[in-house]
Order: sequence, then structure tokens, then C-alpha cells
Amino acid sequence: MAFFQPKSAAPAKAAQKHVVDPALQPWVEKYRPKTIDDVSAQEHTVAVLRKTLTSTNLPHMLFYGPPGTGKTSTILALSRQLFGPDNFRNRVLELNASDERGIAIVREKIKNFARQTPRAQAVASDGKEYPCPPYKIIILDEADSMTQDAQGALRRIMETYARITRFCLVCNYVTRIIEPLASRCSKFRFTPLDATSSTSRLAYIADSEHIQVDKPVIDTLISTSSGDLRRAITYLQSASRLSSSTNPPTAITATDIQEIAGVVPDSVVNDFASVLGIDNDAVMAVDKVQTGFEPIQKKVKELMREGYSAAQLLTQLHDLIVLHSTLNAREKSSCALVLAEADKALCDGADEELWILEVATRVHKIVSPRS
Amino acid sequence: MSLWVDKFRPRALDDLHYHHNLSARLKSLAASGDFPHMLFYGPSGAGKKTRITCTLKQLFGPGVEKLKIDQRVFLSPSKRKIEVNIVQSNFHLEITPSEAGNYDRVVIQELLKEIAQTQQVDLNAKQRFKVVIINEADSLSRDAQAALRRTMEKYMSNMRIILCANSTSRLIAPIKSRCLLMRVPAPSDEEMQTVLTHVARRAYFDLPPEAAQEIIKDANGNLRKAILVLEALKMQSPDLTGPLTIAKPDWETYCQKVATLIVTEQTPARVMEIRTKFYELLSHCIPPTVILKTVAEAVVSQVDETLKADVMHWAAFYEVRMRIGSKKIYHLEAWVVKVMSLYKQSFYSLDMSDF
Repeated sequence: MAFFQPKSAAPAKAAQKHVVDPALQPWVEKYRPKTIDDVSAQEHTVAVLRKTLTSTNLPHMLFYGPPGTGKTSTILALSRQLFGPDNFRNRVLELNASDERGIAIVREKIKNFARQTPRAQAVASDGKEYPCPPYKIIILDEADSMTQDAQGALRRIMETYARITRFCLVCNYVTRIIEPLASRCSKFRFTPLDATSSTSRLAYIADSEHIQVDKPVIDTLISTSSGDLRRAITYLQSASRLSSSTNPPTAITATDIQEIAGVVPDSVVNDFASVLGIDNDAVMAVDKVQTGFEPIQKKVKELMREGYSAAQLLTQLHDLIVLHSTLNAREKSSCALVLAEADKALCDGADEELWILEVATRVHKIVSPRS
Repeated sequence: MSLWVDKFRPRALDDLHYHHNLSARLKSLAASGDFPHMLFYGPSGAGKKTRITCTLKQLFGPGVEKLKIDQRVFLSPSKRKIEVNIVQSNFHLEITPSEAGNYDRVVIQELLKEIAQTQQVDLNAKQRFKVVIINEADSLSRDAQAALRRTMEKYMSNMRIILCANSTSRLIAPIKSRCLLMRVPAPSDEEMQTVLTHVARRAYFDLPPEAAQEIIKDANGNLRKAILVLEALKMQSPDLTGPLTIAKPDWETYCQKVATLIVTEQTPARVMEIRTKFYELLSHCIPPTVILKTVAEAVVSQVDETLKADVMHWAAFYEVRMRIGSKKIYHLEAWVVKVMSLYKQSFYSLDMSDF
């Protein structure tokens, strides 16, 4: 056990205390791409950015796309390649939503950093040569959570200091970036990762961590994370933690992944659907489940007691309905409408039990005239 | 003299009575030295908090039980003072950011950065990180959650976060993907029975099974409520035999009354009568959602099958409006009027079809 280590180990540990023990590092950080060639998928963006490495010219950039597609990784890798580890610290300013980013910060911190003339290139200590172009980079991560005013204050700053500073805005929703800012940047869209590139990356990580991962497990990882590589990697790490901490270590199974991801088991969803009057192959019509208001109410209460997340339950119910083989298009679209309303309500913070019940009764009403 | 709920709360992971899989998992995680951020979710009274404290004890040893309460003052960007109570030991601290209301983002940013940037100095400490427990994480504002994102990755070496929430629906996806999710379901009836008998044994008396059944039925999966009721009953009748009457909370009977009022008569005068009742309930700090839910359920049990779905539908509808709006009473009343009109309509249409 780690905490019974001999005392003599302690001073050595204290000496290198700023170094994070790589074993404890989240794999997401550990396996962040070091160069832009390592970035999975996003061929188009990578091709454009690779050009800038040779020409050392860079426009202002706006990266947008769903979470976990490599936006932050790409810009970090690029700036590391441009400046090298020594210059990185004084040439790059990274701000994200955990930093205060009101209008005051834009006016002071960002502006001050932007107006500095970049210092002369320090000699790289690792002996490699870096292009080290004569400008600095300001990375505004999660820029969509900046206020309109703060974004407005950036407009002029971006133009005035364009000669010595480049901005890179990173966000999920490009619509939240005000138009004047967006038009000053060249936009790069990051697409959700396709299955093959995620598979290869996950396999690579599993390989370097020496863990045994089967094909079905990787498939589950990819399907539960739906193109979000960061999520897939986190799940993989959690699963490997769990499996290695049991005694004796067990192999990772697909159900482990589902449990970690908070997915409601298929049997529960099927059960729920059959109470709503949607027949499915899993529960055959032999033992016809009783439907009606009372059983539905009872079932909903039971589900709530189990502590399943309402949003997750609705997502899975949606999948089940949309891919259902015998429901007709009209029924499916009415169900989708109900689910959409419920999702909005949940986002507004509505009561989960009431809304699951609401969805349940309405879906029941929609599908029941058939039988 | 403390309440039984606190007095007999399990202190170690081995003492927990149910969800043994979960306990084993937590134990091995605590021992592995590679402890992730975690998110506990489940209905209230299922034992989330108990599990968290047990895990902490497993991680750090008995030192975590030496608690002190600290009051901290944070300054919002507009120079307003926000006071937050922080429960802390040498190894962990616990905050309820919803105390800070709209400014929870400031509290989260300041507090977490401060902890993240200080190292554990005690060389004898079992772990090199501090744990931050965030209660009621589902009431964190979007901004505060966004502020957590990068912090959780960047300061992983000095700090672990344990979130405690009723549901994951209101948490943003990036937070969920950074945590190990731990679902804590409500205990089943048998499990509750075991716990209740155990509590009884610890308090040196015998619990008749019928009484236990009665309590369990009333508690509906909420173990905290069950133990509180048990203690109350024990105070009422020390031998716990004979017909037991579990006193329903006043507000619940009050809500029942409101439901009966709605069903028996549908006139503007009745609405006025109900209004005073609602005001009474609200002034006693019963959350409007709870009022609406309880009344709706009571109404549903008294009306015709065809109406049930509609009553619930409008309850759900007005509940959202209540969340978005600011004046709760409007929406409660709107719902009552809606239900009354529905009831009347169905009543008359039935009559018409008869003739």
C-alpha cells in the first residue's frame, strides 16, 4: 500500500514536488497530443496549421466544435511546436472559464499581455530548433462563456496589436461568439471523431498503460461517448482503476463501462417502454404488461427511487422509440416532440419525477390507440 | 444527546448495511492511491453523504472527523460581500455553494484556486491531496460549473472533488465526463428493515416487525426519514406495540385537504379559499414544487381515470413555469383553476352523453 512507504522516501518526494506524478495524472492530460501531427482526425485543420509551422504566419483563429474533439489540444500542441518549452511560458497566455474573465480582465490583463513586444528568443535548452515567430499567442479557452461586453472589449485589442499578438478563441458554440469577433478570425470546425480514429487512439493508450482491452469494450466506450474522445479516455481510466483495484485484478467488461458512464441498463429501459405500451422484442407479448395510469405512476416512482438520471433515461427512451421497428412515422414524431419538451423543461430545472411521468403518460396516449 | 440518525450513522465503509458492491468499490479505490474525482447521485436519504464520509475516513484515517466550521467572506466583482460557511478538517472541506446564490461562481473560483495552489505540508498525511466536497452540486449555476471544468484537470495533483447531487440532469456534460459516477439507489424494503433492526439493537430495544413494516411503507425509500420516524415513535410509545399512528407532517394533511377542496366544488369562491391555504403553506417555507406535487398526487387519486393524465400534465406544465417565473403563487393557482375547469368539463360532458 502506498501510504506505508518508508519515511526516507518523503524528502525525495518533497524535492520534486512541482512535478506531477505521471501515474496520478489523468490520462487525458498525459496523452494530450505533443505535436499537431498526433492530433486524431481533423485532417483539414491539421493540414492548414502544419503550413503555418513552416511559414510562421498565423491568422487569428476560432476553433469550435463539440467537447472532446481536440480543440484545446490542437492549439496547445501548435504553440508548443512553434515556441518550444522555454519560450512557451512568456509567449503564450492561456485563459479559461476558471479564470475571472470579466471586462476588467480583458482591459487589463489581456491588453497588457497583448501590447508587450515579444522578448527575444531564448536559446532552446533541449537543443532543438523552434520556428519561434515574432508574435505571442493568447488562448481564450471556453470563449463562449465570456460575456458580450468582454467580447466587445476584445474587438479593438485584436486589431491594434495584430502585429505582435495572435488570438485563438476556443468554444463549443460558435453562435455565442459575437459577429465582429468571429469575422476577425479564420474559423476551424472540429468534427466529432469517427470510430476508427477513436479506436486507434484508445488502443494506443491501452497499449502504453499495459491494460488488456477487448474489442467489445472499445466499441462500448465509443458508443457511450459519442465522438467525445476525452470522455472515452476518462471512462477507460476509471474502468482500469476499478478493475486493477479489485483483488485479484479483473478484466474490464462492457457493463463496467456502462455503469461508469451512468447509462441506464437496457433491461430497465425496455421494461419502462413496455409499461408505456411500446412492444419490443425483449419483452414478448406473451406476458402482456398491464398499462394504464396507475402502473405507469408506480413504475416512474420505482425508477426515481433507483436514482437514475432523468435526462439519461429520456435520451435512451428516445433512441428506443426512434429506432423502433413497428411504430409509424407519425407516432415517432409525436413522441419526439414530447421528449423535446421534457428536455427543455429539465434544462430549466423542472422536477424530474413530474416530467418523467408526463412523458410516460403522453407517450402512452400516443402509442395506445394502435392496440 | 444527538439524534439517532447521527448517532448511529456508520463511520466506516465496512459498517455500511447495503450496496456492498459500492462499498467494496470505494474501498479499493481509496486504497489504490489513484483516487479520481467523483460524483455521487441518488434520491435523498439513500446514504450518499454517509458513503462520502466513510470513504474520506478510509482515505485519511480518523483525522477527518475533527471538524471545524469556518465562515469565509468572498467579494463579488461588484464588491458585494458573500458569506459562506465552510466545514473543514485538515484533509477535506465541504461547501454548499447554493448558499452563495447567484455568486456561487466566485466562491468556487476563489476557494478551489486557493486550495489547489497550496500543498499538503503534513508529511504524515496519508494522501497528498485535499478533498473538496460540493453539496447540492445540481444547484450550481452554469457559470460555476464552467469554472470547475479546467480546474478539475489542472489541479488534479493537489485536490480531488467529490460532488454530491440528487440528479445528474442539471450538471453539464463536461463535468460528468471528468468524474467517476457513483449511483446510490434508495435501499430496498428488506435493506431498510435490516438497518432499522440494527438501529433498534444499538438503542437497546426490540423492534416489532409490523412496526418496522409500517415505518418503511411511510418512508418510501428515504432511510433518514425512516430512522427519524422510528425515534419519534419510540418517544411516543416506548414499547412500540399496538396500533401505530405515524403522524403525517402537518403540511401533508393540509395538502390533502386542498385536494379535497378542489374535487368537491369548482367555484371562484373555492379558489379564494384555496389561495389562503396556499399562502399559509408557502409562509411555512414548504417548497412550491413539493406543494404542487403532493396536491396533484392527492387529486389524481380522487379523480376519474380519464382525467388523471391531464391533471399530471398540467402539473408538470405549471411546475416549469413556476421555475422560470418568480411569483410562485400565480402558477399554483393557475394550475388549480385549470384542474377545476377540466374536472367540470368532464363532469358535464358525461352528463350530456347520458341524456
